[in-house]
Amino acid sequence: MCGIVGLYLKSSSLKDRLGEMFTPMLIEMTDRGPDSAGVAVYHEPAADGQVKITAFHPDEEFDWDALADAVGSDLNLSIAHHPNGSHHVLIANGDSDTIEAVIEAYDPALQVMSAGTTIEIYKETGLPEEVAEKFSLKDMKGSHAVGHTRMATESAVTTAGSHPFSTGLDLCLVHNGSLSNHNRLREHLAAHRGIEFKTQNDTEVAAAYVSDKMNSGRTLHEALEDSIKDLDGFYTFVVGTRDGFAVLRDPIACKPAVLAETDDYVAFASEYRALVDLPGIESAKVWEPEPAVVYSWGGRA
Amino acid sequence: MASGENIEVLDLALTELRDVNARLQGDGASANGFFRIINPRGAHALACGLDNEIEVEVEGHTGYYCAGMNQKAKVVINGNAGQGVAENMMSGEVRVTGDVSQSAGATAHGGLLVIEGNAAARCGISLKGGDIVVKGNVGHMSMFMAQAGTLVVLGDAGDALGDSLYEAQIYVRGSADNLGADCIEKEMRAEHHEKLRVLLEKAGCSDVDVSEFKRYGSARALYNFKPDNVDAY
Repeated sequence: MCGIVGLYLKSSSLKDRLGEMFTPMLIEMTDRGPDSAGVAVYHEPAADGQVKITAFHPDEEFDWDALADAVGSDLNLSIAHHPNGSHHVLIANGDSDTIEAVIEAYDPALQVMSAGTTIEIYKETGLPEEVAEKFSLKDMKGSHAVGHTRMATESAVTTAGSHPFSTGLDLCLVHNGSLSNHNRLREHLAAHRGIEFKTQNDTEVAAAYVSDKMNSGRTLHEALEDSIKDLDGFYTFVVGTRDGFAVLRDPIACKPAVLAETDDYVAFASEYRALVDLPGIESAKVWEPEPAVVYSWGGRA
Repeated sequence: MASGENIEVLDLALTELRDVNARLQGDGASANGFFRIINPRGAHALACGLDNEIEVEVEGHTGYYCAGMNQKAKVVINGNAGQGVAENMMSGEVRVTGDVSQSAGATAHGGLLVIEGNAAARCGISLKGGDIVVKGNVGHMSMFMAQAGTLVVLGDAGDALGDSLYEAQIYVRGSADNLGADCIEKEMRAEHHEKLRVLLEKAGCSDVDVSEFKRYGSARALYNFKPDNVDAY
């Protein structure tokens, strides 16, 4: 199973309420995925020239100050950082790939969840309600958020195996379904496109596919159109970029999906019941996205 | 619906789903028999397993399997319905004023399902009897392996309509460009016009001209084993 939800604010008037609107959506999907939960929140953009990295260490006693000092002195830059639950957000001037590599080399148990200017990814095993509480999701402000509640099929129930997956700057993808050609596609992307994979998870391959397409110049909308041809299996995807939001279902459309749109927001959920507390939902346009049709908002769509 | 004073209101914001369904399934018939359900909030399995001649009106969108296994009751959903609305209906009537998700009316044996909006994929899959009238369009693989009963589509039909069809009948007013395996267009004779007219009237669309429809059914080419294929074994 698995539950997925997404909320993209079309007007900035609701941005202070993003977390408050989004959290009940995630929790309502607990029945579809009680193993783990994760969210990507797009908020508080880093200043020009800065990158924002979200990282996780399984040891609660891990010394993040020491990490920031070590990485900072290694690369001769200063790193600001603050905790959120078991994750830390690190902000620095510099190149994200370089900083990410130095962070992961510092301690193999460290996992970089996301990198970019705006994205922060938080994910953990446990009930969605507990995960939302741990990261104070309710209080988050921002422009859009994508979330996932997991009932694992393809890989272990671990923090790393939880969604969302991010394989490119500010990009995240969540998935309900299972891909059948992910092994071959992973080999191809690793061998020919230089992508490093962190898990055996099928969804990471889909995320990598989309970010590779976008890195080679395709828009989010076009990258998802390409994926209809190249990805095989069951899927409903919700994808977030720095300023974009998109939904795609496979041509057979096995996995459920509901979209709702008002003048103020676009909301996605696996089931309508996750949307019922959104403001103005009674008069929103509510529809089931068509199979093999890309729906996108914002970004370079 | 009966006049206001005779209607029993069941509020899903205040009452558990199980209690609402128990009321409708159990002693509902002995009451006045008219119910209005408010605040459905996308709940699954609402108004399922009804077995009394009652009328139920749902105000808002419902989740999966609404009015599933219905017998005798008349259920109106003023909103959209999720997957499998009226699945396995035996008799009675279910009407949805909005759109419905996949597998509407799946495996229904009897009764009438009217969808005033569009139906998504697999509408009427494995239909075993009964009638479905969709005023909008239906999605792909509708009436897959349907055995008996009728689907009427006032709009267009998606890909692979009527794939592996048995003796069910399909009438489409709009386009049905991609028929499924063993589904073919058939002649509209006088008895088909009459049957369609009766059905459209029951569904509340008597203003629609039956001559605008085409009829589809099984070519019956997949029914029997062909000796030509014996070498495959």
